[in-house]
Amino acid sequence: MSGGPTKLPGILESVLMPFLNILVALFISGLVVLALGEDPFFALGLLIEGAFGYQEAIGYTFYYATNFIFTGLAVSVAFHAGHFNIGGEGQAMLGGLGLTLAVFWLGDTAPVLSVIVAIFGAALFGAGWAFIPAWLQAYRGSHVVITTIMFNFIASALLAYLLVGPLQRPGGQMPESSDFPEGVGLMQFHELLELVGISFEQSPLNLSFLIALIAAAGVWFMLARTRFGFEMRVTGQNSDAARFAGVSVPRVTVIALMISGALAGMMGLNELLGEQLRLIGNFTLGYGFVGIAVAFMGRNHPLGIVLAAILFGILYQGGAELAFEMPNITRDLIVVIQGLVILFAGGMPYLFRRPVTALYRRFALQGER
Amino acid sequence: MHVAPAIETRDLCKRFGDVKANDNVSLVVEQGSVHGIVGENGAGKSTLLKMLFGFYQPNSGDLIVNGEHISFGSPSEAMAAGIAMVHQHFMLVEPFTVLENIILGAEGQGLLKHAEIDAKAKLKGLEQQFGFDIPLDEPVSHLSVGQRQRVEILKALFRGAETLILDEPTAVLTPQECDQLFDLVKLLKSRGKTILFVTHKLHEIMAVTDTVTVIRAGKVIVRTDTASTSPEALAEAMVGSKISRAVTRADTIKGTPRISVQNVSAESDRGHRALQDVSFDLFDGEVLGVAGVAGNGQTELLEVLTGLRRVSEGSVSLTGSIINSAEVFTDPISLRRAGVAHVAEDRLKSGVVASMSARENAILGYQREADFSRNGLMRLAAIEQAANDYFESQDVRPRNPDLPIASFSGGNQQKLVIAREIARSPQTLIIGQPTRGVDIGAVTKIHDQITELRNAGKALLVVSADLDELMAISDRIAVLCDGILVGIVPIAQADERTIGLMMAGSSAVTPASAGQSQ
Repeated sequence: MSGGPTKLPGILESVLMPFLNILVALFISGLVVLALGEDPFFALGLLIEGAFGYQEAIGYTFYYATNFIFTGLAVSVAFHAGHFNIGGEGQAMLGGLGLTLAVFWLGDTAPVLSVIVAIFGAALFGAGWAFIPAWLQAYRGSHVVITTIMFNFIASALLAYLLVGPLQRPGGQMPESSDFPEGVGLMQFHELLELVGISFEQSPLNLSFLIALIAAAGVWFMLARTRFGFEMRVTGQNSDAARFAGVSVPRVTVIALMISGALAGMMGLNELLGEQLRLIGNFTLGYGFVGIAVAFMGRNHPLGIVLAAILFGILYQGGAELAFEMPNITRDLIVVIQGLVILFAGGMPYLFRRPVTALYRRFALQGER
Repeated sequence: MHVAPAIETRDLCKRFGDVKANDNVSLVVEQGSVHGIVGENGAGKSTLLKMLFGFYQPNSGDLIVNGEHISFGSPSEAMAAGIAMVHQHFMLVEPFTVLENIILGAEGQGLLKHAEIDAKAKLKGLEQQFGFDIPLDEPVSHLSVGQRQRVEILKALFRGAETLILDEPTAVLTPQECDQLFDLVKLLKSRGKTILFVTHKLHEIMAVTDTVTVIRAGKVIVRTDTASTSPEALAEAMVGSKISRAVTRADTIKGTPRISVQNVSAESDRGHRALQDVSFDLFDGEVLGVAGVAGNGQTELLEVLTGLRRVSEGSVSLTGSIINSAEVFTDPISLRRAGVAHVAEDRLKSGVVASMSARENAILGYQREADFSRNGLMRLAAIEQAANDYFESQDVRPRNPDLPIASFSGGNQQKLVIAREIARSPQTLIIGQPTRGVDIGAVTKIHDQITELRNAGKALLVVSADLDELMAISDRIAVLCDGILVGIVPIAQADERTIGLMMAGSSAVTPASAGQSQ
């Protein structure tokens, strides 16, 4: 063994590295802004102002982040089991469908019960939609990347069919369902705060954010503390070793991907039960795919995913404001900035590992002397 | 006049971080000689070779080839200087023919046809000169391992190599193929080629080399003429202290059959017949060694005995009750609970999870036992305690179970694996390659441990590619060839020639007492 530490302590690895990557992404974004003839620092100020400058903005930032926490966790759970779930988008759609069916089935006689059943409905339908690709992967060897992508299209088509058919609002022209029964929905934050006498500007941020945090804690607990989590990580890292250890690899694959699907499905809580209060076509808006970047950036650790999700929330909310305030910077440029963050934080996560490790070693060795 | 050495190094140093992999290594390889390099795993042999071959660049020191100071930036520069390496794992494209493999990367012209015609003419000369007999138009996948090695050597000669580096060339060969290799090495030498022969088997050093260099911990310990040294002296130089067998073997006591394998056939992952009508008993108080050239059914045999592969015909019973047949299949966890422990033959492939901590690896396979998990929750304190105990009892270093297992040396990984598998005092141990990638100090310890378990009346089955190892620890040696059990030889009647012929499939030489005895 070498004399000094060759690995970074966890906190540096999971916090400092992504931070450096974001800094580089922002720097290059700044160059692009500069090329468009705008002041990059002013633009950055607008972005941050747009994300945090006023209460409604903060609400929106965390509202978007909630979606990303769910989809990011979904990707990471599958990833820990050694699989790449690209189907978060479709699983979220089906989760939304499950939630909607539960709500209409139970109606408004007991709104709290309706909401609780709807939450389970979302998870169940998301898990169910993941089950088919999972089973095909586990027992037939069909690659889950291919099948989950295909299932996204099927989910989209299914939702489109239902929303211009059986589930469409009677007499409506839009691909959306009737409104949920009165009183069935998740409380929004400003309503909650009102209960304790604090006034907060209205925003779509709702209880789903707390549910997302609980889900993140649950994923952490499952990975670090449960036997299933252990067997799942073994399977993901080395399926031969898993078989050696008596783990049923197909079974773990199916369960892990279903948990992944359930988490993706719960994204619908935020969008539908927290804000829209009806099922609308393509409500997922690509959040399922952004979850892949969030999971990468968060190093597949639940805490990292929550932080990465908030960052993406900032980019979404602040970016929208920026595009609004600076006509030269269009919505497309925001996508460019997001792309750069994904490229540096997700695609090249270890760009700075070597120099930082070298620096850390020097410091650590000096400390020992 | 004095001829400059083919390769000379002066105070060559190579550091990786704080680790000195090579520390002032000075080496002289005379023209037209066979020079042996021996050392334990991790002694720095590979690092040295990679510098000679242009794969690594030294931090300091000189490399002198044919009297000229040289620094290689890449393997192709070393090749241009006439130095070629025959890797332990062959670098051949299996579906390509021998000829295509040989000219690959040296086609020299746009049209393959001309290159092939030119190459054939040149190869004809080489074949005559060195007595090769290799079918040039045959795909490499059809050749035996020994032939493939010859293709590698021919490839090197074709490219004008004057100095050949053979890295652990006998690791994959049968004893007969080894002899052929030794003959070829001597022939190459007589034709003026220089050979660098790297191995950890001392008898090979004694058999083929003129001079030998022993490396330990990155330093040259001994440089001597082979004629004036002995295997014992070399072994001592390699390890640093006299090897002594701490454990003496008790007399073989015939116990009861613990595992009975009856007419077992099994298929490989690719659906080929990997085991065919194999029958034998494994008794308490014995070590049954299983020999064979790699890929002749040993892996499948291990899997059949440990609940990883279902037999297609026949049955395996443990103390009388069937644990594996076409109808019954027992999973690894139930087998471990029934007292059958398994040390995986390929540690990094299936015995450990490289990226996980040593602590988590310490319970792999036992994660469902009540002391490690209850109600689906891991019992972290108990796991930590177990890991610490294993580290202590087997002297695993460094003493830090939080490190990923991949950062431990092979020997220390294996110590942890063995501690894990014997922790619950299993009556039966199925061990694959007990000392693969393990340094020589740890080898002795592992062998002693196997003997101790045997003396304590356990039943052990050991599959190993190292025949010397099997000869040292077994009571009986079973030989597999092409999935067929060629025979079982009691250790008293086992010698390398007999076993070697059996490994090649010849059962005619089986001593009368072998075969279906027991």
